[in-house]
Amino acid sequence: MTHIELQAALAATGYIAGDDLAVAMHLAISLGRPLLVEGAAGVGKTDLARAISSVRDTALIRLQCYEGLDASQAIYEWNYQRQLLSIRAAAEDGVTGRAVEERIFSDEFLLERPLLKAIRQKAPPVLLIDEIDRADEEFEAYLLEVLSEFQITIPEMGTITATSRPIVILTANGTRDLSDALRRRCLYAHVEYPDRATELAILKARCPEVEAALGRQIIGFVQSLRKEGLEKTPGIAEMLDFAAALMGLGIADLTDDPVLLQASLSTLLKTQRDRDNITTEITQRLAGVAA
Amino acid sequence: MSRVSKFAARDPGSAARMVGFMAHLRSHGLRLGVGETATALSALTHVSAADPVAARHALRAVCTGSAEDVQSFDDLFDAFWLNGGRVLQKVIPTAQTGDDAVHSSRNAKTENQAAGEGALSTPDGGEGESEADGEGKLVASLVTATLKKDLRDLVDPEDIAEAQKIARNLGAALRDRRSRRRKAARRGDQIHFRKLIRQSLATGGEPLRLPRKKRPDRPLKIVAICDVSGSMTVYAQVFLAFIAGLMRGDDTADAYLFHTRLVRISDALRDRDAMRALGRLSLLADGFGGGSRIGGSLTDFARGYARRFVDGRTVVMILSDGYDTDTPDLISDALSALKRRGCKIIWLNPLKGWDGYEPVARGMAAALPHLDLFRAANTLADLAALEPELVRL
Repeated sequence: MTHIELQAALAATGYIAGDDLAVAMHLAISLGRPLLVEGAAGVGKTDLARAISSVRDTALIRLQCYEGLDASQAIYEWNYQRQLLSIRAAAEDGVTGRAVEERIFSDEFLLERPLLKAIRQKAPPVLLIDEIDRADEEFEAYLLEVLSEFQITIPEMGTITATSRPIVILTANGTRDLSDALRRRCLYAHVEYPDRATELAILKARCPEVEAALGRQIIGFVQSLRKEGLEKTPGIAEMLDFAAALMGLGIADLTDDPVLLQASLSTLLKTQRDRDNITTEITQRLAGVAA
Repeated sequence: MSRVSKFAARDPGSAARMVGFMAHLRSHGLRLGVGETATALSALTHVSAADPVAARHALRAVCTGSAEDVQSFDDLFDAFWLNGGRVLQKVIPTAQTGDDAVHSSRNAKTENQAAGEGALSTPDGGEGESEADGEGKLVASLVTATLKKDLRDLVDPEDIAEAQKIARNLGAALRDRRSRRRKAARRGDQIHFRKLIRQSLATGGEPLRLPRKKRPDRPLKIVAICDVSGSMTVYAQVFLAFIAGLMRGDDTADAYLFHTRLVRISDALRDRDAMRALGRLSLLADGFGGGSRIGGSLTDFARGYARRFVDGRTVVMILSDGYDTDTPDLISDALSALKRRGCKIIWLNPLKGWDGYEPVARGMAAALPHLDLFRAANTLADLAALEPELVRL
């Protein structure tokens, strides 16, 4: 599969990737390296993983990062309740010592968390490590080891080596600088808000029922809204919500009904200040330009 | 595009050219190792390497690691692979400052470009704009002071002892930050199940002792950056005593001072003899009481020392009045770069204590959005009063 084929396959699942992202993803797959995708919220970073998993028809395993994420939530945890019960049962059966230990520290009592699950799949899955910049430095350091060796050591069981190398996609919003070491392990792609043509293609792929004229207006409106210096710039998901809202309200032309249009802005503007700043006049101006 | 090498016979081969490209990127500030060269070569085998667009995307994915790298990559790529010297200028009009010197040689051109973008090398002047700076002019000057001041005349030992006490309290206030990661502890709030199972094996599954875990306190590191320019001379006494106390009271703290350039003073201040420490500091602080380049100094800090010493568990404390000869944008950029390292930023401004003070100095106004705390401080008592604020930070 070349990067052009990959791009086409992604488009077939409804994900329109730019050339640079398609090449980066293609290289990540063929070189077996993790891909770090950075960009503002709502440009489709997380969705890329979903699209790749459906193109390759494999499982998508997702690890959402947060501050304080630790081994018991990211890698594995023992099932303590069952272990306790099993020890009691063993005592009643008269089993002792090493045998009990071997029984309770076996696969049966191991709860797989995303990272362990990802390296123990039969077919290589897509592993999405979402918002890695929210996790703390300790986790980032640990991740380095997993991503370069693809093996995990459990003290009671020994080292588990990957049966299949997952396709790893990391996403970050750029809220915190990631360590150079982690960046060096990964290929890198920076995703911007899509340009007019790309966004129109996305809208067509996702909401085919939107008419061409309205579609162009929606994209023009959202694109100029992004230049208004908002607190929270609307992403692609918001644009799709907006289109769906307009469809639901039965609006065929943005300039038709100022009140309804203003009301439907709740799909695009997500803070109080943005709502206050984008008045009906501004909305009408933007809609007029877009029309 | 018909850009065939004119000297095909002299072509050293693709590997050597890639090594050359990597060296070119490295010399422009991208951090790349030997491993990347190998990865880049194998990456090109997976795309049609003769297609400049695909090759550009592929090399960009391998060689860049951040949004800034991506921005500079395209120009660097053009400069190396597409005869980016004189030829490029005729073919593609790039956003370059019209500079006559670019015609001289290829090397001169690339260096020039880097300086023009301002992202790759530290801007060391900013003199052009500083002339236009309005408010700060009265007190801040670009002139490096020629007269040397001995800091020992400014600070007396009692102050340092007092400051040391305050610094220790402040440090303790900041220290009380709890980690979200739990660790085994004798008196924790949750049961440590992993340990429990291990221990109950010995007693036939009967958990006789309940080991516990809790969220341990995590130390925050203080990094103090003190402005000792001319406009700050009157307050320097207090602040330097404070920093001297801080360094002696807290082993992990780090200190810098700046006037027209940034100096790391941590090691000097850790001298066992407090007065000798100040003596050593005087030697380092050559230029004390001179002009101030807050933006430039903070940029140096954010690009240099901060990479090593500032992380998510750091509080950066800036002691300055915000009167700057650099452009305000520099301060704003430096602080947002610093902020991205995850640290907290406190700005203590001696002028804020004045009645009716407004942060009108443009530098100060540019800094405000990035600050976690902005307070007045011009006496040791003020610093001591910060304690409750820091606890809440």
